[in-house]
Amino acid sequence: MESDSNNILHEVTKQEYKYGFVTDIDTEFAPRGLTEDTIRFISAKKNEPEFMLEFRLKAFRHWLTMKQPDWAHLTIEPIDFQDIIYYAAPKKKKELSGLDQVDPELLATFNKLGISLEEQKKLAGVAVDAVIDSVSVKTTFSETLSKYGIIFCSFSEAVQKHPDLVKQYMGSVVPYSDNFFAALNSAVFSDGSFCFIPKGVRCPVDLSTYFRINAANTGQFERTLIVAEEGAYVSYMEGCTAPQRDENQLHAAIVEIVALKDAEVKYSTVQNWYPGDKEGKGGIYNFVTKRGICKGSNAKISWTQVETGSAITWKYPSCILLGDNSIGEFYSVAVTNNHQQADTGTKMQHLGKNTRSTIISKGISAGKSNNSYRGLVRIAKNAVNSRNYSQCDSLLLGSACGAHTFPYIQVENKSSIVEHEATTSKISEDQLFYCQQRGIDMESAIGLIVNGYAKEVLRQLPMEFAVEAQKLLSISLEGSVG
Amino acid sequence: MESTNLSPITLSRLVSLYETHRQQLVACDTPRLAGLRDRAFQSFASLGFPDTKQEGWRHTDLKESLARLYDYPLDPLKETDIQKVFQCNIPHLDTAILGQLNGWYVSRDVPLMELGNGMIMGSLSEARKKYPELVEKYYGRAADDTTDAFTALNTAFVRDGVFVYVPAGVKSPRPVQMINVIHHKSNLLIQSRNLIILGENARLSLVHCDDSYNHQGSFSNIVTEIFAGENAFLDHYKLQNLNNNSTLISSTFFRLDKAAGLESHYISLNGGLLRNNIRVVFDGTHGRADLFGLYLMDKKQHVDNQIYVDHAFPECTSTEVFKGILDENARGVFNGHVLVRRNAVKTDARQSNKNMLLTDSARVNSKPFLEIYNDDVKCSHGSSVGQLDSMAMFYLRQRGISEESARMLLMFAFANEVVAKIAIPELRGRIEDMVKKRLQGELQICEQCVLHCSTPEKNINQ
Amino acid sequence: MLLSINDLHASIADKEILKGVHLEVNKGEVHAIMGPNGTGKSTLASVIAGREVFEVTHGEITYQGKNLLKMAVEERAREGIFLGFQYPVEIPGVSITNFMRTAVNEIRKYKGLDPLSGIDFMRLMEEKKKLVEITSNLTNRSVNEGFSGGEKKKNEIFQMAMLEPTLAILDETDSGLDIDALRIVANGVNKLRRPDNAFVVITHYQRLLDYIVPDFVHVLFEGRIVKSGGKELALELEEKGYDWIKKAQE
Ligand SMILES: Nc1ncnc2c1ncn2[C@@H]1O[C@H](COP(=O)(O)OP(=O)(O)OP(=O)(O)O)[C@@H](O)[C@H]1O
Ligand SMILES: [Mg+2]
Repeated sequence: MESDSNNILHEVTKQEYKYGFVTDIDTEFAPRGLTEDTIRFISAKKNEPEFMLEFRLKAFRHWLTMKQPDWAHLTIEPIDFQDIIYYAAPKKKKELSGLDQVDPELLATFNKLGISLEEQKKLAGVAVDAVIDSVSVKTTFSETLSKYGIIFCSFSEAVQKHPDLVKQYMGSVVPYSDNFFAALNSAVFSDGSFCFIPKGVRCPVDLSTYFRINAANTGQFERTLIVAEEGAYVSYMEGCTAPQRDENQLHAAIVEIVALKDAEVKYSTVQNWYPGDKEGKGGIYNFVTKRGICKGSNAKISWTQVETGSAITWKYPSCILLGDNSIGEFYSVAVTNNHQQADTGTKMQHLGKNTRSTIISKGISAGKSNNSYRGLVRIAKNAVNSRNYSQCDSLLLGSACGAHTFPYIQVENKSSIVEHEATTSKISEDQLFYCQQRGIDMESAIGLIVNGYAKEVLRQLPMEFAVEAQKLLSISLEGSVG
Repeated sequence: MESTNLSPITLSRLVSLYETHRQQLVACDTPRLAGLRDRAFQSFASLGFPDTKQEGWRHTDLKESLARLYDYPLDPLKETDIQKVFQCNIPHLDTAILGQLNGWYVSRDVPLMELGNGMIMGSLSEARKKYPELVEKYYGRAADDTTDAFTALNTAFVRDGVFVYVPAGVKSPRPVQMINVIHHKSNLLIQSRNLIILGENARLSLVHCDDSYNHQGSFSNIVTEIFAGENAFLDHYKLQNLNNNSTLISSTFFRLDKAAGLESHYISLNGGLLRNNIRVVFDGTHGRADLFGLYLMDKKQHVDNQIYVDHAFPECTSTEVFKGILDENARGVFNGHVLVRRNAVKTDARQSNKNMLLTDSARVNSKPFLEIYNDDVKCSHGSSVGQLDSMAMFYLRQRGISEESARMLLMFAFANEVVAKIAIPELRGRIEDMVKKRLQGELQICEQCVLHCSTPEKNINQ
Repeated sequence: MLLSINDLHASIADKEILKGVHLEVNKGEVHAIMGPNGTGKSTLASVIAGREVFEVTHGEITYQGKNLLKMAVEERAREGIFLGFQYPVEIPGVSITNFMRTAVNEIRKYKGLDPLSGIDFMRLMEEKKKLVEITSNLTNRSVNEGFSGGEKKKNEIFQMAMLEPTLAILDETDSGLDIDALRIVANGVNKLRRPDNAFVVITHYQRLLDYIVPDFVHVLFEGRIVKSGGKELALELEEKGYDWIKKAQE
């Protein structure tokens, strides 16, 4: 029994990254390093209006005064921010008018990733805004969506076509001064997605963006802004993969969500950036700032994430519950294996009356990895009658990994209720034996058990995502799964 | 040494005090202890006082406490009629009382008692003279004076405190009660140091009380090192009933040898600012530590429990149950850290912190933190903040019980989970009573304080 | 008249549960209230007892000539209203003895009586325990904590015996009881019946009514009492179910 599970764990560790391949597309690079000139280059390259350049420069100047945070339970090799190429765009040969005109290599990339645009279109009715190395290449369905008044396009396009909206909301949830990586992103971000759902509109399809880090030595700094006006609804999906590279690549994204009165935004992420190899060499550094604000009453923001990739994950999708009766949710599965490190969780800031939040976090650690949950629940004095329920569980596979839980709870009024619970466990030998006795091999048994363990979170995902996420869970632990 | 002039507690004042009085401080030290003192002083000088930027002090701000004006005598003051001070009126509680006045052991004629069963108790400074090897072997081995500024400060300046030694195989026939009473004409800075040693298979009940005698302010920095040998058992009580002008930094370092057991009870009923640093390190397998805490705070009182349990060995069990009721502008901080090291298989660790807020200006910060490097463990934690269960309130009131009494019953029931764990029946009865009074707002710090009033004095040096 | 309910409407979280209840109870009477699940029986009992989560939006309740709706929960209890809960709450850390002693003495105080001495109180406890045939020292445990379903219900009747109410509302006190316990509970109730008190018994089963014979049977359906009759109505319901009543409503 004992040696069997060791075998399994050993095998998990042998699992190789399946999405590691490099697509050969002509790229246009910014000069290596970061100065005001780099920023001017990016801004000029993107033909941005003056306010954007100003925003970037302010952020850059602020960034210069900041220090990389060290409070997370992470060991991070020093990052040389001058040794990064901050902008890489695929060279467009000409304007594209249809899928058939998209660079075939690119389409092949998507196909390898299992997200053929056509297929997705047909199968799931998903509108895809595909981002390769920070520049949105192709947006499908935007015409259909525009009938509803929904704007779904690349961030750069939004800057050109809807500058007022961008100006109004960009930085309103995550100010450029928020943290070191947010400042960096605000200075150098190259592209991302923009999504605007007007008053009273229920977005008829799930919106989706696939991110992919492609060129060597390029950091990915994308920025997403989602605005749901009064009574609007949207479900948004983000998926990430990156090819295999020896050097660590930096990824510092920002996602901002604004939900006005009665609006609802569901944001789902499946992240499987390259985690590095078995020895902990390479892999993505994923430093992401995600935050939503429930600005009006009865607004709701729901974050669901399945994090299986990246060498280092530093990510706390958060909700500011400003409107009365607003609701914040955070559902997370984070898997770490080999030498991966994850420090992830959420912040729920209860400011309005009768606000509610739910946190369900499932950490799974294997190999020599470290997996931390870090969460803050704050109920401010005026947030009377508010409630939070948190459940943060850790599952350990193997005796060389670590699982840590850092919940911060702060309550400032008497009428609110906060409950936090956490457990740490391993897959019990009884469970494994039971499955095996029924003829299920060790790998499938672990897969089954882990999926069962993560079910509460997985079922929050949109259908087509859930299937992929389940596959990913098994793959990430494959070998630990036999 | 004469008492210095009143002044705030500052790094520079303490540095110059140490430099001018070093000779006197180290006068009775062995070379090792003198070295320890100097090193601790260096650590303190470089660490300085902690501020709220440090993770462990985020919610506890000492600025105001430090800024008050204190007297800091380096020798005991001879001014109080100690006859009046050391009385404990817990009915039928038969304890051996070790009295401290302002942190100094009140020695009378016998500074160190040697009982027939081999137990030694009394003044730490006396023990250093009489039993240098014993003290040498333990003193400074548990306390962290390299990263913890207050412990370093204490090690640098310590002059006296309580010493208790229970030799191997001995079961102390009666609980030992340490009462530190603070009583002075002006605010005092107090630094005392206690050393408690339990040999193999020894057993001891230790009741450690901090009391104020009047409303004069104080800043106490108390360090206690406790060693429990193989299979020893310590039943430990820390009762805090200080006035609202007092600040208490109480750091207790427990080291538990193989199969040693600890039950510790922190009952904080009053105090201006209370900070309990509780560190438990398992030095062998099969140890057990059960830590219970209850804090009932009101006005602008502040209580901060920082608990660190280091599962350094396999098959140890630890439990933390801390509960608090916070009224008016009070603030409660809980920071529990359980570390399960790589080799510590079959660890069983549980943490629970439950709080009740009675007003909208009371506040709670709770951080139950698990750090686990091993998969063969059972660990869990829970933290909750809430109010009285409305269904239970309805049930009680439906039976004709007034809202006020119903609240009282439920609050007492909440507190009772901790009180019920007190193993000494007389003490439990007394604490039950005090908790009830406290919940009714009747427990006041005054000359008539419940812990040292009317009953005839016990003989301290028995 | 002991209790008079007139056109009572009550809601919770803006959802109307009681939609115009009329009910009159005189001293010496036993009323049974029956009706399908979720129709508002427990809600009615809670509203009479004064549970604040339910909002009375319309109507009156008069009890012994007083406006009941103006009274606090404990005041109603001290005036003699007892509610036997369908789901008695567990209250960890509060011993039944302490709980009952507080209740008895607070009610005595309200009536201008001196508190019972410890000895008298314990004697009273013993006497009432016998009434419901409680043999274990249940009484030193926390209120309802870790009790079986049946033990909880017995404990409710024990408390009723201790407090000697004028109007007792028993919400499904019979469910979860074994046959012996059912008899014990019913006997307990019968022993407490007097010309100057009254019972409202909420139940789903005729079985209980064999023991506690009601003077009136009411059917509560969708927030209203839609049918009232004598004890034979219960037999009819047992036999035919509620369908015919539902149909009659349509
Ligand atoms: N706290 C509450 N919040 C919301 N709805 C409630 C609450 N309590 C009761 N209700 C609803 O009120 C309705 C009536 O419930 P009630 O408990 O009075 O039914 P009942 O007739 O006693 O049913 P049963 O026979 O199952 O005991 C139900 O639809 C129930 O869901
Ligand atoms: Mg009911």
